[in-house]
Parts: sequence; C-alpha cells; structure tokens
Amino acid sequence: MARLRGRGIAAICYPTGMNLGGDPSQTVIVAQPDGKFIVNVASVELGQGLRTALAQIAAEAIGASVEDVEVRFGDTQTAPHDTGTFASRTTHRMGNAIVKAGQEIRQILLDVASKILEVSPQDLEIGNGKIWVRGVPDKFLTVKHVVNQAQFVYNTPVVGKGHYVKPKSDVDPDTGESDPHSTMAHGCIVADVEVDAETGVVTVLQIYTVYEVGRAINPKLVEGQIIGGMLMGLGAALTETVYPRYPELTHQATSFREYVLPTAGDAPKIVYKIVESPTETGPYGAKGVGEMVANGIAPAIVNAVYDAIGVQITELPITPEKVLKALREKQ
Amino acid sequence: MRIKFKLDGEVVEVDAKHTDTLLKILKDKLGVGAVHFGCGEGTCGACIVLVNGRPRYSCLTLAGYVDGKEVTTVAGLAHDGELSEIQKAFLENDAAQCGYCTPGMILIAKALLDRNPSPSDEEIFDALAGNLCRCTGYVPIINAIKSLSKKR
Amino acid sequence: MSGQFAAVSAPIKNVQLLGHVTGATQYVDEISFPGMLWIKAVRSPVARGKIKKIDTSRAEKVPGVIKIITAKDVPNNIHVNMAGIGIGPPDEPVLPEDEVKYKGEAICLVVARDEETALKAAQLVEVEIEELPPVLDMEEALKPDAPVITKWGINAFIYGSGMDGATKPGRPGRPFFLVRRGDVETAFKQADKVVKGSYIIPPIEHAPIEPHVCVAKPEHGGKLTIYTTTQAPYFVRDNVATILNIPASNIRVIAPAVGGGFGGKVDPEFEMQVAVAAMRVGRPVKWRWTREEEFTISTTRPAIKIEIEDALSKDGLILGRRARLLHDSGAYTRTSPYGVIKATVNLSGPYHIPNVYYEGYCVYTNRQPSSAMRGYGVFEVSYAVELQMERDARTLGLDSWEFRFKNAYRNGQVTATGRPIDDAYLVEVMKEAASLAGVKLPSHLLQMSSWG
Repeated sequence: MARLRGRGIAAICYPTGMNLGGDPSQTVIVAQPDGKFIVNVASVELGQGLRTALAQIAAEAIGASVEDVEVRFGDTQTAPHDTGTFASRTTHRMGNAIVKAGQEIRQILLDVASKILEVSPQDLEIGNGKIWVRGVPDKFLTVKHVVNQAQFVYNTPVVGKGHYVKPKSDVDPDTGESDPHSTMAHGCIVADVEVDAETGVVTVLQIYTVYEVGRAINPKLVEGQIIGGMLMGLGAALTETVYPRYPELTHQATSFREYVLPTAGDAPKIVYKIVESPTETGPYGAKGVGEMVANGIAPAIVNAVYDAIGVQITELPITPEKVLKALREKQ
Repeated sequence: MRIKFKLDGEVVEVDAKHTDTLLKILKDKLGVGAVHFGCGEGTCGACIVLVNGRPRYSCLTLAGYVDGKEVTTVAGLAHDGELSEIQKAFLENDAAQCGYCTPGMILIAKALLDRNPSPSDEEIFDALAGNLCRCTGYVPIINAIKSLSKKR
Repeated sequence: MSGQFAAVSAPIKNVQLLGHVTGATQYVDEISFPGMLWIKAVRSPVARGKIKKIDTSRAEKVPGVIKIITAKDVPNNIHVNMAGIGIGPPDEPVLPEDEVKYKGEAICLVVARDEETALKAAQLVEVEIEELPPVLDMEEALKPDAPVITKWGINAFIYGSGMDGATKPGRPGRPFFLVRRGDVETAFKQADKVVKGSYIIPPIEHAPIEPHVCVAKPEHGGKLTIYTTTQAPYFVRDNVATILNIPASNIRVIAPAVGGGFGGKVDPEFEMQVAVAAMRVGRPVKWRWTREEEFTISTTRPAIKIEIEDALSKDGLILGRRARLLHDSGAYTRTSPYGVIKATVNLSGPYHIPNVYYEGYCVYTNRQPSSAMRGYGVFEVSYAVELQMERDARTLGLDSWEFRFKNAYRNGQVTATGRPIDDAYLVEVMKEAASLAGVKLPSHLLQMSSWG
C-alpha cells in the first residue's frame, strides 16, 4: 500500500508581551559584600532558563562577569511587582527593567571606582568584572573589590532598581484600532511527512525551522525552546485533545493513557537556524521566543499532509482515523 | 508494618501501610526530593527509582516490596562528590529544562546502558518510551545517552 | 551570535542543570510542615445544575477529618483572576453557593490528616444537584433561544461596555470583539476569486509533568505564606488578599522551581481554596492535584473555531479578509476576553491585508474553563491562517512560497489594528527557511525584502 510523501510550510509571527500592554515588571538588584549581585525578580523559572538569561542581561548592563550574578526568583517578599511569566514577556519586560537597574549600579560603581583611582568617572570603562582607566588597562580594579569598598569604606549601598512597562493601549471599540504589542518575532517552518495510506499514520520525517528572535540572549536556551516547541506542536497536530468528541464531553481524557503525548522516538529530525533583527524596544534587541516556537509546527504538518494526500484536514488533531476518512472521501 | 531498606546507601526504617506505594513513602514520609510525583499511575516515568539496580515506577511499587532491598535515586548516583557518567552526559548535553522528568530519565538511561552499553536508536527510543518530557523535546536526552554509547 | 557583547549572546548553560541531575532542585511537592493537613475536593458529577443540598455529616465523622470547607467559609467568595487588572467580570466563585457550571467543579473541600482520609471522607459527602441540560456547542450557545449560563443574559462576553478593561461602561456593547479596517465589501466585489475555510482546534492540555501543588501556611500576626506552582506570584497574592479580605502585604507567595507551566499555571486556580482552608483551620494545608484533575479540571487551551473568507486578485494578492472566530471560554471568564482580543487582532497573520472585518466571540459553555496556553490565541490563529493561505495559493494556482512572499507585510505598512510596522522580517526568514530545506527560490522572490 502507498506511503505518500508531502511537504508543507507555515510562516508565522508572534507578538512580544501581554496583549495591549499595561503589564509592568520591576526588579531590584542588590550587591553583596563579597561582590555578588543578587537580581530579585518575581518572574518564575519554569525551565525556560530565565534564571540564566536574566543573569546575562544583568551582567551586561552592570559590567560584571556572569559568574558574579545570581537571579533569585518567584518570592514576593524580596522581589517587587511583576505581572507574571507568560505571553513571552519576561526576557523583554523584565530584561528591560534589569537593564535600567544594572545601569544604575554601573554608575554607582564608576563613581566609587573614580574615588579609589582618583580619576573622573568619565575616564573609566567597565566590563566583564573589571573597571579600568580608558587607555590604561593596567590601572584597574575588580568589580568585586569596588563593591566591597563601596559598602565598607564609602558607605554607599550598591543597589539598583528598574522597571519597565509598555503603557496600556486604548482600543477603539468600533474598529479595534490599538497598539497590541511591543514587537513581532517571525518564524518559518517546513515539514516533510510520510502518510501511510493503509493505517492513516502520519510520520514527520524532517522539520526545518528558522526563527527571528530579535536578539538571542542565550542561543542554547533558544535552541531548547525550538526543540521543545517542536514536540508540543507535533502532539497538537497528531494526537492531543482532552475532548476527542468535542464539543461532546464523552471520552474526556483523564490520564496519559488517553491523552497521548509524543515520546522520545517520535521526535522528528530537525534542522534549525536562529536569526536576529534587533528591536529597539527590547533589552539588547531581544524579542520574546518561548511561545512562537510551538505555533508553526502543526500548520506545517497539516499542510504537508495536504500535499501528500490531496485533502486538507481542518480539524486537529489529525489522527489516523481522520486521515483514513479523508482518503476515503477523496475517492 | 515496619520496613527497612537502603536508600541511596543509607539504611532507613519507616512505618508503612500495606497499601502504601513506595512513592508515597519516599515523598510524604521520608521527604525525598529526588523522586517526583507526576501521575501516580505508571504513565509518565517521573517517579522511577532503581530497586536493586533495576528500574521501577515507585508509584506502582508497594512499599513492602523494597523491604531488605536497595533503592537508588538520582541523588545517590554521585560517588565521593563526583557525578556519575550519565549525570555528566546530561549536563554536557543540556538534557533538562524544568528538571521534573530528569530523575526518572537519568535512572532509565542508566538502567539501559548498564544492560546494553551500545544501544541502537530504536533500543534507546524503546527504553525511553515510558518517560514523558514536556519541555526538552527529548533530543538532548537522546544525545546524552548516545554520547555514552560504546562503539561496537 | 554577534561578538559585540560580554555576557549577552553567550550560550551559557542553564544554571539549574546541576540541581536537576542530582535531584536537588526543589519543587513545591517537597514542602512539608509539622502538623500539615491535606485537601481533597468534592466535585460536581454533572456539567450544569442547581445545588439543592450539601450533607457533610457522615464525612465529618471520619477520624482524622479536621474541617469541611464550603462557600460560607470564604470571606469574599469571588475568584478574582484578572478582574484586578480590569479584565472582568469576576463571575466565578471560589466555592459555588447555588449552582455548578462544569463537570468536576469543586463544591467543597475536605481537610484531613492525610490524603487517604481526605479522599475517604470526600466520598462520603452527599451532594444533591438538580441537573440541567448543559450548553456545550458554541454555535448553539450563541443562538437566541439557547439556555443562558452567564449572569448577564447571553452566552458571550460583551465587548465595548466596560466589562473588558479596555472601554468605559455605559456604551452599548457587542457580543464580539471587532477589528475592522478599509472596505471589505468593495474588496470582495473586486475579487477574482473568493476562498472560504473553516478550522477547528479542540481543547489541548498543557500537561506539564509537574501537577499543580500548593501549600499554605498561616504565620503569626494574621499572615500567610503560600508555596505554589505558579507562573504569576503576584496574581496569586492579590487574588488571595481580595478573597480573604486581608492586606496583600500580609501574604508571601513563593514559587520555587516550577516543573513546567506553558500557561497552565498562570491562573490562580486553587491557591485561594488552599489559603481559605489554612486560615480556617489555623494549620499548614497542602493540596496536590492528581493527574486526573490536571486533565479534567485544570485550565486547557480554548477550543477555537475560525472561519476565514479571503478575497483574492488573480495576480496573487489578498485584497480583503473576513473572519469569524469562536473561542470556547468554558464555564467561567478567567482570561478568555483577553485571549479573544489577542487572537482577533492577529487574524491577518504576518501578511498585509488592507481591508479586513474580524469578529471574535468569547463563548461560554459548561465545560472546564479554558485559559492561556503557549501561544494563547495566536497558536490557533496561525493554524487557521496558514491552512487558509495554502487553500488560497492552490485556488490561484500559485506556489506556496510565492503567495506568501507576495503578501508578507513590509516595514512602513500598517497592521489590521492600525499599528505601523517597523520590525517586519518575514521575507528574510522565509528565504532562510527555503534555503535550509533545499528549496531554490526564483530570483524575483530572492530579490524581495521586508523593506519595500
């Protein structure tokens, strides 16, 4: 019996931030006497790696080395208000807040260092854990040392605060005219599939994806999102729903026995590329990434099946039952 | 009943009902962090431990079964402060994001490589079929296992 | 990627990894306190009905049962969710007083010394419900003769009259969110081809491997610490404060590492119930959801039905688009009105369509409430739009790439909601994807760019 091959594409965009804005993020960065910077955020580490990415942004903004920055998250006692970790908003909004806080600390450090080195703060450079006199790299102090001196000798707290909000957009109720997002990220997905015409089983042979993310604060973490998103999209395309007889409530999934998630052997081969088109609105140009990577997979797969069997199945998930039904109706 | 077993090398004694699962004892009586409740019914793999070196869903294992046996969690894999090979491979390959499935994944990977030092792709997929991950997409986990696979 | 930064752009390892591979990463399920009690819920067996009687007498007699929490134990019985930031209305109780609106809705909570005792007692609570026919189909729900399951007369959220946090009360509202630009009527009159499509996605569940777990611990001085698997600690804090009628600053919310969220842990779904129980009994209380509760109770992606109609010119341009989007909010509002706006304003996708008319309906049905999931609203829209684009291309006899290149939005154009576009990059991304996939695009496409 025939194994039908097909290719499908999907081109998508995804907005950064809570729709219509009005979602503030705030942070406080506090330096410890040992030179460590604690970044306090009410954002939550869900596995996406914000503890790492936000530390990188803080290190960049302060001029510290990343090893000396620790992000402490998810505790309303020590972290000021943050709207929440969703809508691909954290790297962007909290990142912007951290840049502000980091820049405040940078200025404090330069001021203290200028006193120690007896130069003007404008003559100093800071980066990667060091502060030095411009053009005279031998005349330097470590950031650690300056933090320590600031607190014990110069009686200057090394604390920075930052906030960011995209003001809430008005909405014209008669046209929907509004400014819903800060910036758009983009993606394009190509899927190659094979459909078994006898069983209706769809195998995804290969996925090609390109995602434009503004700036990849940490390409390794972006890769993690791309691969993970691919599997979530795969499940949505082929097997996942809690109500298989929607809108009826019958046969509602109650366990992983009925709600079929892809497992390791289902992971398609993937070739991916991350491209950058920095946005002025985001920290070092970054846009949100975490959701977009799950959005284009299902349509690319369904379009590939369309190419393979000549029928576009419009209701997800495209189970073998639906594929066989489509093939039969085509005849 | 009272059961006595080795948990990551240390002897523990605890009261358990005959109907208690090992997962229940580990989590709610002994406060073990390195084992995770994901479904409680043997469908996700988050609760996997090694019992005398063999992997078992602790949610499908009665507590009484481990009396007199050795239970190993991911917390017991390191030796003298040095991580095991499989843990290092997971680190090197970035094979975790939220970490909730990771203990089960590492133990099932270890169990696979212990009995089959050079598994084929199909054998790896088969071994991992009972472990769900929602974050990583599995590829880095497969890569971690492959990196330890001895060339035939 | 670029060499211009010291820390940004570096592929540094996720700092959580060491804890993950040694089992040291702490999640809420490890939180435990001396004297801690456990919750199990008594849940509605029917999708819609009037609560006639709740008899807890047999359950209360089970040894080890401390208290059974019902609606009357809740100081301020409204599940606030996003009403705090103006996306209302707060139409959901923390615990229902007189009606249930979805199968599995928690009617009362048993607080006991361990999970087994709580479960045993929960099974002894007798609830008498007068069952009513549930509203399940969105199209049926919108019909004028449909039974109404909301408190405001129709099974749809009313936009434009202040309920949505974006407009002022007093204006006449519409049962849908409207996006309209240009002149669709003329566009369709001028079309060489008109292509229709209808697309459905049923509810999808986040299914993070870590289920919902919450521990609430009363502290001295009327304070409360809540450990919970949340993506939004301040949502939890502000909701619980409103419900308990205590200052928000008396509440500390802690989310240790969370085992996957994907939008399923944004809504405060159960923290307020745990908080009420803890304050009532004066002891730490824990609720660990079962996987069955994850599938049948916790929020899902909304089911969405999208109908699209495109007016096409024979040289491959989309002159105009009409779309009707139905979003299944389930029994309660939660974040759906927000999700519908987000979906509707994105119905043009990454394309330039100068004439549009989009209606987005937030529809109420008697099923578990839906809410955000990875890509909220836009996941569904991207699906429908990309399938529609394929239909359009085939109808015109155009190559899939060519059709998308021609219609991709450019910098300097304006979106369906009038936002100027200054960050377009779709053309470039498509070129890269084609190249990765070994597709040789014709030179006239390769010459295109997002800047003109």
